[in-house]
Amino acid sequence: MNTLLDKFFALARKNACKSWGIMLFCCLLGLATWLPAQAQENNAEATLPADVVDTDGTSDLPAGGSQPRTQDPAQVSQGKTIFNNYCSACHAVTNEVVVGPGLQGINERRQRDWLINWIHNPQKVVESGDQYANDLLKKFNGNLMPAFPDLTDQEIQSVLAYIDVAGSGENANTVAGGDTDGKLVPSGSGTTVAPGGGLGSTSFTIILVALLVILLLVLLVLIMIVSLLSKFLSDKKDLAPEDREVLEQKVNWKAIAGSSAFKGGVALIFALVVGKVANDQVMSIGIQQGYAPKQPIAYSHKLHAGQYQIDCNYCHTTVSKGKTASIPSLNICMNCHGVIKTASPEIQKIYAAIEQNKPVEWVRVHNLPDLAYFNHAQHVNVGQVPCQTCHGEIQNMEVVQHISSLTMGWCIDCHRKTEVNGKDNAYYDKLVALHSKESKEPMRVANIGGLECSKCHY
Amino acid sequence: MEENNKIYWKGLEELSNELDFVKNAQNEFPSPKEATPKDAETPGDVTGSSRRDFLKMMGFSLTAVSLAACEQPVRHAIPYINKPEDIEPTISNYYASSYIDSDGGYDSILVETREGRPIKIEPNNLSSLTRTGTSVRAQASPLSLYDTTRLNGPRKGSKPIDWKTVDSEITARLQQVASQGGAIRLVTSTIISPTTKAAIRDFIARYPGAQHVVYDAISYSALLRVHNGVLPFYDFSKAKVVVGIGADFLGSWPNSTTYSYQYAQQRKVGKKKKEMSRHYQYETNLTLTGANADYRTPIKPSQEGLLVANLYNRVAKLAGAAAISVPDFNASFLDNAAKDLVAARGQALVISGSQDVNVQAVVAAINRIVGAYGSTIDTTAYSTLKAGDDNAMANFVQEVQQGRVGAVIFYNVNPVYEHPAGAAFGQSLQKVGLKISFADRFTETSSLCDYICPDHNFLESWGDAEPRRGYFSIVQPTINPIFLTRHAQESLLVWAGKQNNYFSYLQDYWRTNLFPQAGGAGAFESFWIQTLHDGIFEPAAARAQSTATQATETNRERPLTAAPLNSATGGGQGIAVDLNAAATAIARTYKANSTATELALYEKIGIGNGEHGNNPYLQEFPDPITRACWDNYLTVPKKMANQMELVQGDRVRLEANGKPVIEVPVLIQPGQAEGTVGLAVGYGRTKAGKAAENVGVNAFPYATVVNGYASYVVPGVKITKIEGTHNIAQVQTHHTVMARPIVQEANLNDYVKNPAAGAFRPKIATSEGPKHPTAISMWDGHQYVNHSWGMVIDMNSCTGCGACVVACNVENNVPVVGRQEVINRREMHWLRIDRYYSSDADPTVRTPVGYQDMEEASANPEVVFQPMLCQHCQNAPCETVCPVIATSHSSEGLNQMTYNRCIGTRYCANNCPYKVRRFNWFKYHNNEKFDFHMNNDLGKMVLNPDVTVRSRGVMEKCTFCVQRIQEGKLNAKKERRRPRDGEIITACAQACATEAIVFGDLNDTESRVAQLWNEENDGRGFRVLEEINVRPQITYLTKIRNKA
Repeated sequence: MNTLLDKFFALARKNACKSWGIMLFCCLLGLATWLPAQAQENNAEATLPADVVDTDGTSDLPAGGSQPRTQDPAQVSQGKTIFNNYCSACHAVTNEVVVGPGLQGINERRQRDWLINWIHNPQKVVESGDQYANDLLKKFNGNLMPAFPDLTDQEIQSVLAYIDVAGSGENANTVAGGDTDGKLVPSGSGTTVAPGGGLGSTSFTIILVALLVILLLVLLVLIMIVSLLSKFLSDKKDLAPEDREVLEQKVNWKAIAGSSAFKGGVALIFALVVGKVANDQVMSIGIQQGYAPKQPIAYSHKLHAGQYQIDCNYCHTTVSKGKTASIPSLNICMNCHGVIKTASPEIQKIYAAIEQNKPVEWVRVHNLPDLAYFNHAQHVNVGQVPCQTCHGEIQNMEVVQHISSLTMGWCIDCHRKTEVNGKDNAYYDKLVALHSKESKEPMRVANIGGLECSKCHY
Repeated sequence: MEENNKIYWKGLEELSNELDFVKNAQNEFPSPKEATPKDAETPGDVTGSSRRDFLKMMGFSLTAVSLAACEQPVRHAIPYINKPEDIEPTISNYYASSYIDSDGGYDSILVETREGRPIKIEPNNLSSLTRTGTSVRAQASPLSLYDTTRLNGPRKGSKPIDWKTVDSEITARLQQVASQGGAIRLVTSTIISPTTKAAIRDFIARYPGAQHVVYDAISYSALLRVHNGVLPFYDFSKAKVVVGIGADFLGSWPNSTTYSYQYAQQRKVGKKKKEMSRHYQYETNLTLTGANADYRTPIKPSQEGLLVANLYNRVAKLAGAAAISVPDFNASFLDNAAKDLVAARGQALVISGSQDVNVQAVVAAINRIVGAYGSTIDTTAYSTLKAGDDNAMANFVQEVQQGRVGAVIFYNVNPVYEHPAGAAFGQSLQKVGLKISFADRFTETSSLCDYICPDHNFLESWGDAEPRRGYFSIVQPTINPIFLTRHAQESLLVWAGKQNNYFSYLQDYWRTNLFPQAGGAGAFESFWIQTLHDGIFEPAAARAQSTATQATETNRERPLTAAPLNSATGGGQGIAVDLNAAATAIARTYKANSTATELALYEKIGIGNGEHGNNPYLQEFPDPITRACWDNYLTVPKKMANQMELVQGDRVRLEANGKPVIEVPVLIQPGQAEGTVGLAVGYGRTKAGKAAENVGVNAFPYATVVNGYASYVVPGVKITKIEGTHNIAQVQTHHTVMARPIVQEANLNDYVKNPAAGAFRPKIATSEGPKHPTAISMWDGHQYVNHSWGMVIDMNSCTGCGACVVACNVENNVPVVGRQEVINRREMHWLRIDRYYSSDADPTVRTPVGYQDMEEASANPEVVFQPMLCQHCQNAPCETVCPVIATSHSSEGLNQMTYNRCIGTRYCANNCPYKVRRFNWFKYHNNEKFDFHMNNDLGKMVLNPDVTVRSRGVMEKCTFCVQRIQEGKLNAKKERRRPRDGEIITACAQACATEAIVFGDLNDTESRVAQLWNEENDGRGFRVLEEINVRPQITYLTKIRNKA
C-alpha cells in the first residue's frame, strides 16, 4: 500500500502545477452535484410533518387574524366536535353544497327554535306544513336529512355557535385553539412548516450558492494567472532546461490510467458502490414504502377526507380508543351512502356486499410484523400525533399509499425527536416536573423509556 | 367408528382414496421416478441428478428464495359488515358469567372476549363466594370451548343428523316408551341451576314414567345424609381451629376457591394481626390441604372411624358430655386437637370427607359440641354443589341390568367411565331401547347412545346457578355457538312439547321466582340487566349480613353439651343418629392395626373427575404435590418402596377382590401413610379426545358402593412388581431445599416475639466488617422514575393450588409441550410453584453423605409452596451475558425479553440464579409433533392477541404481564390521570384466590404492594438468594406455622 501511495504522490508531484487545478475543479464539480441534492433534502424536511407535532397547541394561532363574533370558546369547541361527528358528512360551514345546503349564515336565515325542531325531527317539521322546510326538501330532490333526536338543545346551540364562528370566514382551527386530535389539516393551511427550520435551510442554500460563485471566480482568476505566467515564461529565452521541461510538460493521462493506484481506486469505488446498492436492496426487503395496491372498492380519501373534510374519527372509530384505527364496517358507509350517489357502481359494491352478507376484503397497506406492537390510541389520543405524520398526505390520496418505511429505525427516530405531549395530562405531570429539574431540553419520548424494548415487543 | 366430527380433504384423490394417493401419502418426499436412460449413465445415483444439476438447482433455489423474500404476501383486512355496537376491535369486553362443571366446580367469573371470542377467565369481584380468584379448571376452561373433538351437530349413532329429525324421532320414541308404561330415566350429575331443574320438572311432567337420577362421580353422600341431604357450607374465616379428617377442602372439594380465600384470611399475619388459625389434618394421601396444615398425621383409611370416635370421646370428656364406647385409638396430636377444639368453641370446626355415614354422624356430634353449627358451618345457606344419591344410581344400574328401563338420557355424566361398575353397565346399556346423551363429544358413554344431542359449551350458553342456597349467579353466552349445538335444557323442553327457546324460559323463571326476592321494586328488565352486569344475585348474602352478629353471640352462650338436634330447613345440625349405634358400627368396621395394604383414591386439582381430560392445559398442569403431569401413578410411601425394592417409575400390578387388574407406574411419595397407596381418578379415558386418551389408567373401577355410599378406599390390595419402567413426567425432582435459605419459615410463637424470625438476612464479609449485600455492588443501579413494578408473595397464604400457573399459561400463550418434552425437562411454564419437603437430616453435617441425607424428604414432611417466576432483578445476571442485548432493563423495573432480537445462545438461562427462563426448543405452533391447541385454527382462537407467539430458538420468561401494564398505563393516559392501584395486575395475582400474590407500583406509596413491602421489609420480607445481590423486584414473606 505504501508503495502504491508513493507512486501516486510521485505522479502528483510531477504534475504539481496542473494537478491542484484539477483538484479544485473536482471540488467544484462535487459541490455542484451535492447542492441540488441538499436542497431537495431540505425541501423534504420542510414538508415532513414529523416536525410539526404541536404539543402546546398555540403555535397555529395566526398572528393577525380578525377576531370573530364573541362566542364561548368551550361551546364552540364542543360544537366543532359534534359538527365533525354528525354534520360534516353532508354539510359545510361555508356556502358550498356538499350533500345538504351550506350552513353559512344559518343563524340569520332561521330562528333558533325552528333549527332545533328541524334537527331533532325534520320529518315532523316537513309534515307540519312548514313552507321553508318543504321548499328545502324540493330543492334537494326529496332527500330528507336524518333526525338527531339524541342531541340536546345545548349541544345544538353549540353546533350553531360553531357554524356562526367558522362560517364567518375564519378558519375554525384558530378559534377552537389548536385542536389536533387526529383531525385532517388541509394541505397548505395546516401543515405549517416549523418557521426556524424553513428559513434556516433557505439562507443555507443562498450561502452555498454564493460560495460556489466565489470559488468559480477564484478558479477563473487562478487559471488566468497560470496561463499568463506560462506565457510569460515561455517567452523568456534564458530559461534553464529543467525549468523549461517543467513548463512544457504535458499531462500523461495514459500513465495515470495505467497506474495500479488508479486501477485500485476505481476497483475500490466500484466495490463500495456495489456494496451499497446490495446493502440497500437487502435492507429494503419487507419495506413496502410506496405500496399502493388496488382496493376492491375505489374509495378515495382525497374526496372524503380532503374535499369534504370528513373527520378521520367518523369512519376510523377506534383510532383514539384502541390498538388499530379499524377499517370502517359497511354500516358506517351506509350512514351517508344510503342516500348519496346510490347509482355509482363503486357504491353498488357496498350494497352487494351487504345483500350477500359478504364482507369487503380490503387489501392491507400497512403490514406491521406481528412482533411489533403499535397502538393508535397511544399516538393519536395521548400523543396527539396527526395522522399525516405516519400516513402522509392521506387527504390528497386517491389510492392509499404506504408512505413511511415503518422500520424500527423510523420509529426510534421519531421517539428520539418527539416531545411528550404532557399538557393537561395528569399522567405526565410528575414526570415533566422531574425532567425539567434535571434538563433544559423538553421531555422527549426517549426520555421516559420510549426506546425500551418492551414498549413495543412482547 | 368415526371419531372426528369434521372431515377435511386436500383433493379429490384423497376423497376418493385413489391407490396412488394412498401410496404417496405415507411419504413426505415423493419416491424417485422410473429410471431414465440418462440415469443409466450414472449408475448408483438413483435420484438422477448429477453434481452439475445439484449446483443448478442450488443456484435456482437460492435465486427463488431471494426473489420470494422480496415479494410481500398480500394480506387482507376484513371489517364487519355491520359492526355490533359494543364490540370495538382490539378492545376487550368483559361479561359476567359462571363456570360450572360436573365435579362440583363453581366460580363466578368474568369472561374476557376479544372481537367476540372468549380468551380468558377472571374472577368476578362482585361475587361473595369467589370474589378474589378462580379455580385451576375455570382458568383452563376457554380451551375446552375450542376443542376440535367437540361434535359439530347432533348424531344418530355415529352419523350426522339434523335437529328437526332428531326432535321428531326422539319425541316419537319417548312417547312410545311412555305409552307402553316404560321407565324413562334422566341421569345427571348434581344440577345447581334452578332453571334447569324447572326444565327437568317440565320434562318429567310430560312423561310420567320419567325419573331424575342424580349422582356424582366423586360422591359426598354420607356427609349429605347426615345433613338432611344438603352439603354444609363451611366458613373457615371464622374457624380458629380446624381439624380435617381426610378432607381436601382446599384442593379437590367443592367450593375450594371460596374455602381457600376464607382459610387464608385466618392464616394471614401482619403488623396488626399476630394470630392465626391452627389446622390439624389426618389423612392417607398427602393432599394440598394436608400440605398446608400445621400438624399433619398420616392415617390408614381403616383407622379413620376410630380416630373420629376417639376425638369425640376426648372432646366430650373436656366438655362434660357422655362418651361413646369404641376401642381406644391414639394418633399424634389428637389430645391437642381436642383441647384446642373445645377451647375455641364457636370458632372451631371438624371436617371429614369420609363416605361412612357413622363417621360423619360422629363428626357432626363433635361439631355440635364445639358449637360449629351456625358459626363455622352453615346448613341453612348450604352448598348445593354436590347432591348425588348413590343409592338412586345403584338402583338405576340394577334397573338397566334387568332391562327395566325404556329410555335413558345422560346429561353431564359419563357412567361407563366413572361409575365403579362402568364396564358392566356399558354392556347392559344395550338393553335400553332409547339412549340419548347431551355430551359434547363421543365419550365412553355417549358413543354407546342412539342419539347424541350435544349441549353448548358453558361459554356459549344461557343459564343460571345457585351454588349456595340463596346465592344466585348467571351464565351468559360470550360467543355464538361454534357448532350446531343446542342447550340441553332446550332439547328437554322441546321433547316435553314446551317452548323451544331456553333464553326466554330462563327469563320467565327469573321473573316469576327470583325477581320477587329482589324486593320487587322497579321493572324486571332493569333487574335483569343489572343481574347480567353483576353476574350474581345474592338475596341471602344481605340477609346473612344482618343476622351474622346475632348468630355468633348465641353460639357462645350455648351450653357445652350435645345440643338437641333440629331438622328445620336445610341441614340443621346433623340428623339424629344414635351415637352409640354409630360407635358400635365404627368399632365393628375399623381396626387400629390393619396389616393389609390399603388403596385410597383421590382427585387431582387439575384433572378432577376427568371430565375435562382433553384440555391440554390441565394435562400439563403439574399436580401441586407430586409435581407430575400427563399421568396418574401409584403413590407409595418410602418404607413400602424399600421393602418391595421399588424405585420411581417401576411398574406394578394392582389387584383387589372383584376388581380389574391394572398396571401403573410407582411414584414414591413422602407423607403417604404407611401401608397405604394412592391413585388418582380422572385418567385412563378411552374416548375423550387426543390429549386425554391413553394417559394413565382409569381408577374408578376401584371405587365401591358400600351400604349405599360410594367408597373411594379399598381395604386390601395386592401390589406386585412387574417388568418394565415408565417415565413419569415430573417438573420438579428435587424434594428439599438442602438447608439453603430459599424458603424461609418460622413458628408463630417466634414470629410474635420477633417479626423477622426465620427470615435470613445475609451479610457479606468486607474489609470494613460484615455488610448487607446491597451495600457493596459493582453496578450503578437503576433509577425508576415513573413506575417500579413489583410483587409481594406471601408464602403463608399461598396454598399451592396452582390457579396462577394456568392463568399465566392462558394469558401469555405459553405452549403445551406434551409428556415427552416435560420428561426432557423442556416444559415452558413461566411460573411454577416449587414444592419443598422438610428433611430429617442434620443440616450441619456438611459431608457428601450428609448432603445425600439432606436430599431425602422426611417420611411425613412439612411442606412449603413457593411460587417462582422471573424476579425482575435490578442487577440481572441474564442481562449482562446476552451477546445481542435481547434481554435488557426497562426504566420501570422490568427485565425485558425481546424475542425478535434473541438468537438463542441460552447464556441468560445458564446465568439465571432462579432458573425461570425457558427456551423454545421447537416451534410449538403449526407443528404436527405438538398436536395440541396451537396446531389447529379452532384451538388458536384462545391465544391472546396482545402477546407474541414465540417461535423456535428464542428464550422466553415471565414479563410481569407487560401487555397488561402497557394497557393499564394507556387507559390511564387516555383519561388523563395516573393509574389506580389494583388497575394493573398480573394474571397470576388476579387468579390467586388467597391474595397471596400482590402486584403493583412500588413507587405509588398508596399501593397495596408498596405498603406491604415497606411494612414487612424488616419483618417477614425476604428476597430469594439475597446474598448474590441481584436485587429482585419480588419480596417473599416467610411462612409461619402455628405450632404449640
